[in-house]
Amino acid sequence: MGAQVHGTQEFNKGKRAELKFSEEAMKTVQKIISNYPEGKHKSALLPVLHVAQAEFGGWLSPEVMDYVASVLNIKPIEVFEVASFYTMYNLKPVGKCVLEVCQTSSCWLNGAEDIVKYIEKKLGIKVGETTKDGMFTLKVAECLGSCGTAPMLQCGASYHENLTFEKVDQLINDYKTAGQRRNYTDLDYKNTL
Amino acid sequence: MGRKLLIHNDKVPGINTLEVYRANGGYASVEKALKTMTPDQVTDEVKKSGLRGRGGAGFPTGLKWSFLAKPEGVPRYLVCNADESEPGTFKDRYLMEKIPHALIEGMITSSYALGAKRSYIYIRGEYFYVARILEQAIAEAYAAGWLGQNILGTEFSHDCYVQVGGGAYICGEETALLESLEGKRGNPRIKPPFPAVAGLWGCPTVVNNVETIAAVCPIVNMGGDEYAKIGIGKSTGTKLISASGHINKPGVYEIELGVPVEEFIFSEEYCGGIRNGKKLKAVVAGGSSVPILPTELILKTAKGEPRLMTYESLADGGFQTGTMLGSGGFIVMDEDTSIVKNLFTFTRFYHHESCGQCSPCREGTGWMEKILKKFLNGTAEESDVDLLWDIQSKIEGKTICPLGEAAAWPVAAAIRHFKQEFIDIAKSKKFVDISHYNRLNKIVA
Repeated sequence: MGAQVHGTQEFNKGKRAELKFSEEAMKTVQKIISNYPEGKHKSALLPVLHVAQAEFGGWLSPEVMDYVASVLNIKPIEVFEVASFYTMYNLKPVGKCVLEVCQTSSCWLNGAEDIVKYIEKKLGIKVGETTKDGMFTLKVAECLGSCGTAPMLQCGASYHENLTFEKVDQLINDYKTAGQRRNYTDLDYKNTL
Repeated sequence: MGRKLLIHNDKVPGINTLEVYRANGGYASVEKALKTMTPDQVTDEVKKSGLRGRGGAGFPTGLKWSFLAKPEGVPRYLVCNADESEPGTFKDRYLMEKIPHALIEGMITSSYALGAKRSYIYIRGEYFYVARILEQAIAEAYAAGWLGQNILGTEFSHDCYVQVGGGAYICGEETALLESLEGKRGNPRIKPPFPAVAGLWGCPTVVNNVETIAAVCPIVNMGGDEYAKIGIGKSTGTKLISASGHINKPGVYEIELGVPVEEFIFSEEYCGGIRNGKKLKAVVAGGSSVPILPTELILKTAKGEPRLMTYESLADGGFQTGTMLGSGGFIVMDEDTSIVKNLFTFTRFYHHESCGQCSPCREGTGWMEKILKKFLNGTAEESDVDLLWDIQSKIEGKTICPLGEAAAWPVAAAIRHFKQEFIDIAKSKKFVDISHYNRLNKIVA
């Protein structure tokens, strides 16, 4: 396993050697593996990658993927081919809060483009970029199943729905004040369904 | 008021807990099935009910169950498709979030019918918090003995698990879902073999949508014949409709199949009419992949009969003048909506979500997106309309899974019914979009 497997990301043996799930994360991983019959542990890959992404700074580096492969006793390429297929796994570093604005039909009909423009202006970044302080990354997403409460954005486990510019101001302010990394696996979430 | 069988208790405080759910008649179908019926009798009731798959395809559920292979000594699985990703569809999320036990109860009763000792709920990764709600409900069900060994003191034992996905529309296709559940990329499999013969880990598997599985509970409780009395013809029972777009009251509505489309859009009981007093322009009735219809064809069939919310009535006239009930993702557009731009959002979606296995879909969706982008830039030629038509016709029917059709149909329908809009843009070399002005009432310069 080397840099060529991961495109632009370098593989650092030193970093790899340091990686280890916390005791709590390891317990979660063991629980996930136990959800499948004997010998079918590869099935645990998608949920375990979510745990790994939350555990190791919000993205899956080549070292993290190599580590996950060792935990699940599968080949590193089996991890990479999955991580690169699904949109929720970040293969590059991201800000602490990734704001994913849905842009498909119903959200567009309800002003999603203006929400995106508003956030771009407010944070001084374009879609795909991260603020200098590392706090926010702005992304656009395809249908997140919130069409009746459009426009909306997802940040970590939370769905922010029926967005207005005022609500965007508020949530950005709240996230900034809290200063924490938000992950899909977070136990606390907000939603307005 | 139509009858409600699935979300009639959605406003009851604490209905997400086992205690309140049980106090409101929850888990009755498990009791009835396990104590008084054989698995085949449960399947027979589902057959008699006429229940059709609520995920979009509308295939008869009882028939699907009857295809399940039952070789000796080989485990069988029930897998719930909670990957809800069809644009315009959010009913499963509503059901799982508000009444998680309705799905768990359905999983147990259905698994009993199928002889499945294990079942999995595969939920889209973005619904992570909903997965937490389901896991909580499952833990409650285990603690109360509804899951685990010898349920209700019978010989039937069952374990139910939740798996989160990683964000991929294609995993709503049942064989891609199974690949994903096995920890792989979501590439659809070539069929046959069908999952009923070789599904999860090569074992016989039934994959059903959330709403389909939840509907098994009222069917067992009231009997298949009673259930079949609701609705019209082969469209039996109730259906959850996700209503969104330019309407006064977007949300999830449970309807008896057969409600007139006009009533659904304009009555206070459902969508409450078009927002801001605007006129209706078009509707996508069953999720992004079904053909869009203009006002005159969505309210009435080509024969002039009132269009009803049933599988048959919505499909009346074929794709020339009709559409499909699909997933029940009902997107309403007002008179200011640009059909071209809406189509662009759909096509961008399908390009993004194509798994890349089949060339017509992988290349065609991207090509169509590029051409539609030209319309939005004002650089399209009139001949681009014909090119779009040509490309979509060469995707349909030429791919392993139906994502090809799902991407082609909206393009074909938009051109079929709104060709003039494309031509006007091409002629004037200008695109003006005011589709979304009346929502935020403010625009970012």
